[in-house]
Amino acid sequence: MMLSLELLVASAIGILTAGGIYLLLRLRTFPVIMGVSLLTYAVNIFLFSSGRLTVGAPPILNDSATLYADPLPQALVLTAIVISFGMTAVIVMMALGSYLGNNTDLVNDPLVDDDDDDDASVGNAGDVTPQEGRP
Amino acid sequence: MSLFLIVALPFLGALLPGLMNQAGRDACSGVTFMVSLAAFIGLLTNLPSVLAGEVVTVGIDWMPLLGLNFTLMLDGLGFFFAFLILGIGLLIIAYARHYLSRDDNMGEFFTYLLLFQGAMVGIVLSDNILLLLVFWELTSLSSFLLIGYWKHLPEGRQGARMALAVTGMGGLAMIGGMLILGQIVGSYELSVILQHRDLIQADPLYVPALLLILLGAFTKSAQFPFHFWLPHAMAAPTPVSAYLHSATMVKAGIFLMARMWPVLSGTPEWFVLVTGAGLITMVLGAVIALFKHDLKSVLAFSTVSHLGLITMLLGTGTAFGAFAAVFHILNHATFKAALFMSAGIIDHETHTRDIRRLGGLRHLMPITAVIMTIAALSMAGVPLLNGFLSKEMMLEESTQTVMFNTWWLVPALATLAALFSAGYSFRLIAHTFFGPKRDDYPAAPHDPGFGLWGPPAFLVVLVVTIGVAPFLVEDFVKIVTASVLGTTAELPHAYIKIWHGLVPALYMSLAAVGGGVILVIMHSVLQKIWDATPRPEAKVIFDATISSFVSLARSLILPLHNGAFSRYAAIAAVTIIGAGYFAWITGVQGAATRAPQAATPVALAGWAMLVAATFGLVFLHRNRLLALIMMGIVGLMVSVGFVYFSAPDLAMTQFTVEAVTIILLLLALNFMPNRSPVESTVLHRVRDAFVAVAGGFGAMAMAWHYLLRDAVATPISEFHLANSYKGGGGTNVVNVILVDFRGFDTYGEIIVLGIAALLIYALTETLLNGPVRARLLNRVPDQPRAGGMHPMMMVVLTRVIMPVVLMVGFYIFMRGHNEPGGGFIAGLIVSIAVVMQYMASGFSWASSRLRYPYHGVIGAGVLLAGLTGIGSWFVNKPFLTTDFTYVRIPPFEKFELATAAIFDLGVLLAVVGAVMLTLESFSRLARTAHTKDSVHPMDIDPSRQASTEEGA
Repeated sequence: MMLSLELLVASAIGILTAGGIYLLLRLRTFPVIMGVSLLTYAVNIFLFSSGRLTVGAPPILNDSATLYADPLPQALVLTAIVISFGMTAVIVMMALGSYLGNNTDLVNDPLVDDDDDDDASVGNAGDVTPQEGRP
Repeated sequence: MSLFLIVALPFLGALLPGLMNQAGRDACSGVTFMVSLAAFIGLLTNLPSVLAGEVVTVGIDWMPLLGLNFTLMLDGLGFFFAFLILGIGLLIIAYARHYLSRDDNMGEFFTYLLLFQGAMVGIVLSDNILLLLVFWELTSLSSFLLIGYWKHLPEGRQGARMALAVTGMGGLAMIGGMLILGQIVGSYELSVILQHRDLIQADPLYVPALLLILLGAFTKSAQFPFHFWLPHAMAAPTPVSAYLHSATMVKAGIFLMARMWPVLSGTPEWFVLVTGAGLITMVLGAVIALFKHDLKSVLAFSTVSHLGLITMLLGTGTAFGAFAAVFHILNHATFKAALFMSAGIIDHETHTRDIRRLGGLRHLMPITAVIMTIAALSMAGVPLLNGFLSKEMMLEESTQTVMFNTWWLVPALATLAALFSAGYSFRLIAHTFFGPKRDDYPAAPHDPGFGLWGPPAFLVVLVVTIGVAPFLVEDFVKIVTASVLGTTAELPHAYIKIWHGLVPALYMSLAAVGGGVILVIMHSVLQKIWDATPRPEAKVIFDATISSFVSLARSLILPLHNGAFSRYAAIAAVTIIGAGYFAWITGVQGAATRAPQAATPVALAGWAMLVAATFGLVFLHRNRLLALIMMGIVGLMVSVGFVYFSAPDLAMTQFTVEAVTIILLLLALNFMPNRSPVESTVLHRVRDAFVAVAGGFGAMAMAWHYLLRDAVATPISEFHLANSYKGGGGTNVVNVILVDFRGFDTYGEIIVLGIAALLIYALTETLLNGPVRARLLNRVPDQPRAGGMHPMMMVVLTRVIMPVVLMVGFYIFMRGHNEPGGGFIAGLIVSIAVVMQYMASGFSWASSRLRYPYHGVIGAGVLLAGLTGIGSWFVNKPFLTTDFTYVRIPPFEKFELATAAIFDLGVLLAVVGAVMLTLESFSRLARTAHTKDSVHPMDIDPSRQASTEEGA
């Protein structure tokens, strides 16, 4: 099998995905965030490569050029990169809040808490927070 | 005034009370009153055409493909209801101004009230039934907010939830019914549907549609067996009860039955269901009302009973029945709203609504006593008051109605209901106002100011006027009835009279009033029997039903959703891999159509670095700082890959995002442990590695497969390449797609980005206002900090470089349309220029120089992009159509001006705002942790005097 660009890109996607999944299954928030970031790279490259691989032909219109890279996946991936930054920031904030609030950065709840509702009649569900006195 | 404006005014006006909240209670209620008054006057300007029998319609297309259009119509029925809603609304607003205490948030109250008012007016003026459904749901939601307005009262919250559950369920059923109706007729316009009575009633789906629509109407109008939510909704403040639960919202179901009357009524199904439910509700409500002790409970059950009466009349399907129903709607609205407001006055002045603790109030509160007595006598059906007139008409209609082949059934039940109705009305008067004066009232009762008794007094004047001179409203009631019937031909010739002669209805009426007096005399005995009788409690049944649903949902969800994130992730990964594998082995793979391109040594080297960094990241992930460096390398190599594969825009974006992400993660790592401990067993890790390798192999196989094959269908990219310059005026196709072809997507995306940043800001605020704050302040860094936090070299360098970086950003932005660049990338570059200042000189120094808050920057960006889009409406083009032109200013070359550039500027601002707000939020946490944040730009500053220097 010839060592082709296609194989390099495909294997890079595969390796990033594998690394991402492995880190995603770790028990602490920080590796999970790293895992999500790796998966983001993998997905972005995957989407990008759906336009097939083109070397040396950017989608900038030019009178002499006849071949262009597919611009559509590029536009989609560009916004995906920016949005995934936003999403990463949100999960980092959540992880940080969870760590600062509970003093632990484990991703799994320590035990399942079945009776978080304090009342049998559901008429009261959601009234857990005591809030006496008018605002 | 245009119907659009009448409906829109309350909604637009709902913005005002919140704004006026700080200006005082008079201003807040005043502005609400003026909004309602404007809508009311607007309605009255349409009175002449309604009186002339015309139907006023306006409409614009909304979603014509779905049949959903914003069409409104105003006929007699619509006018009648809108008149009640806005007219009584005005009285309620005046009353609520004096009723609410200083502790109540008046702006919130009036906002909800106006939302509700707008939704109600929308229902009664809608021509399109889908539009009607939208308003219908809005009334459910706004009434939920109003019932639960006193959030500190558990009964209020429970009552609000119950009302929402019941009316919301009914609303869903009604959507189904309306859709069936629309399918049968082929149109969702009421004006069309109402012309097709025969078509609808002959359709096999008529009965399902009828059942579903009636479910909606019955739940809204509290008809048996859905009557139970209304008494629980009485936990609302009294103005709400008076407005929603007597005069307006509960009449929405009645309105709908009247509206649909021409096409749905007259069948045996309609008669049995509607008259049957009405009769049961009427008797049941009246009986229960007699034994309630809470003034508002009595009134609530009496409302249930009277709504049953109106439903029963509509069910008979005769023109006279509709006539009596319309008249009773008017009468009931006047006396019941007055009664509720009076009950509110008593509650307000004596601090109790328990009828057993009252009595003798006629001496202490003479004005209230007069108002409430007249209104209650009207409710009892005493002559010369309006309640008498419509009750007589109801009794007369009942004698004409034969149900189940039993001639006496309907008249007997009607008389029984009237009897109990007289009974509780008399009890209300006798036990509240008569009897000896007591000395154990919770508060010293006295008549309130005019603000509270004025509105009910006004209604009582109407009660008496209509009662004495019914001919004043007769023509109006006939016009309304004509629009219920859909024709004027069947209109009854009988007119409303006080004296009909010695007809059966008179004897029934006499029996009811006489029996009512006896009931009051025997009340204490009857009450004992009632209290001793076991009865099903509707709330208990309702709660049990709901909790059985909840436990069913729990038993389904909890085993799957047990809080173990790793488990969900593993299940998801394995499922996706399995599904992919299944698709692969069952599908057919075509032959490769693309020739593979040979890998150059450069590509191989880049690949090797990417793979090495990924492996490094996975194997070294326990050392978090090292992991971060590895991730930086991965990101960098991905950017290089984008360059190699002809995607310069992507490369620049990835590169700048990478820088920002690393800064963000470093900030977060500042608070988190530096290492991840070894926790999982070797077996676990092997298992995870197996899943990961399987997933990676799947992704690789899929990518490799399609990289060697052409797309199955022709990609649309050719269109973009061909039209980018011609249509969008730019040569950088990627940027033209972003700001032009797919501008709407981009617009959505900057909004998402802005929301994400605001979410982070909100989370930070929550953390900083909670117990975490103390922990952050007391936190001791686990590693020694650098001596000089703001080194001079870095400060000087970042200051010097800032204009350069901004210039680069400007350049990248300007050339974006034609060369790699654009708003996203420029936004990120500008952010980095600013972030460098934060890094060099610290949060305090940088943020004290911040002139615009980042929230505003995000908002300005989204607004600018949105306004650019809206701008194209003014030249009759769809949202976000762009235009461009070329101009030449003498010393420069010819250059292009495109509206897309303004849009791109919006993108830039939104990106800058979002990135900066995110980073700023993170560093606010840091600032709380290290209180030694200096206001000086750097630690060592030769220009400062040595005495103020802090040692480095």
